[in-house]
Amino acid sequence: MNKLWAAFIVIGIVFCMATGNAVTINNEMINGGKSALKMVIEMLPLMAIWSGLMNIASKSGLLNKLSIMLSPILNPLFPDIEKGHESLGLITSNMVANIFGLGSAATPFGLKAMKSLQELNHDKKIASRSMITFLVLNTSGLTLIPTTIISLRMMHGSQNPTEIILASILATFFSTFFGLLMNKFLSRKEA
Amino acid sequence: MKVTDFIIPLIALFIIIYGVKKKVQVYDAFIEGAKEGIQTCIEIFPVLITMIFAINILLKSNVLNVVLSFLSPLFEALNIPKDIIPLMFLRPISGSSSLVLVNDIFTSYGPDTYIGRLASVLQGCTDTTIYVLSLYFGSVGIKKTRYALFNGLFADIMGIIASIVFVNLLFY
Repeated sequence: MNKLWAAFIVIGIVFCMATGNAVTINNEMINGGKSALKMVIEMLPLMAIWSGLMNIASKSGLLNKLSIMLSPILNPLFPDIEKGHESLGLITSNMVANIFGLGSAATPFGLKAMKSLQELNHDKKIASRSMITFLVLNTSGLTLIPTTIISLRMMHGSQNPTEIILASILATFFSTFFGLLMNKFLSRKEA
Repeated sequence: MKVTDFIIPLIALFIIIYGVKKKVQVYDAFIEGAKEGIQTCIEIFPVLITMIFAINILLKSNVLNVVLSFLSPLFEALNIPKDIIPLMFLRPISGSSSLVLVNDIFTSYGPDTYIGRLASVLQGCTDTTIYVLSLYFGSVGIKKTRYALFNGLFADIMGIIASIVFVNLLFY
């Protein structure tokens, strides 16, 4: 992450200067933080509301129940987490929110899941095996109904805005499957 | 009203009714959780600024387009439309800018064309890997991410291949 971040900035700035476009960087230095601030402001109430609800779900034992229900699927994926641990419930909630295309609800669940996984982590500076598996599941984009795309297709006058759902599901399944396969391979290699 | 409109209200309803049934102090529990949520949000703010800063500099420098123009003969040989290539590279980095690209593709070609369908499936089947990784790891202070980035990008590449394969299989 360290190198990637530095590379993004160095490449960006050098290229801008080389093409005589230094003004772009100047503007970005002055205004760049605004978009991040806007994101946080939009995210703050969402985080508060969903974390509030999730705390109720956690206290009532609903999360543990959810994680026990889904343990046949999740346990093989997360062998390091004991059965019925709350983090599995949070991972499930994040996945469910993603699957239904509720991106705004998925982030609070995901961040809570990371916190919970960090509590189980032995070395707090190094990513645990479970964290990486969770992020592969998350970023390979398990989405059942890509709502944003469907509405965008509708806006552009598509004859059949939902015709891409099947291809989308198959592709997302394919990428998740191979992502997890690679994950198993890499985690064994490093362990 | 769509069926999906009911999901969020039903989840909220279920959580609260279940909590009351299990005799949880729902009001206090909600405040406690909200406090925790706001704390998380403040903790991730520096991470967000740091990442968005780097991403914006890279995107606005236009360097991606130049790199892509070198690669385009390769993609042409594989029968991949030229205008979809920036989307493949942007998708893991930024969700909003890749959505803008999909919008551009729909405007110039229409959503029901080969490139339009491909863009739809591509945008729908993967997520913003680099952004999510930096946000999630940054939020809990992980410094060494091991094989996470490689693994995430590998899944994205599989998604790109799968999009091309399934759009061809299902539509043509």
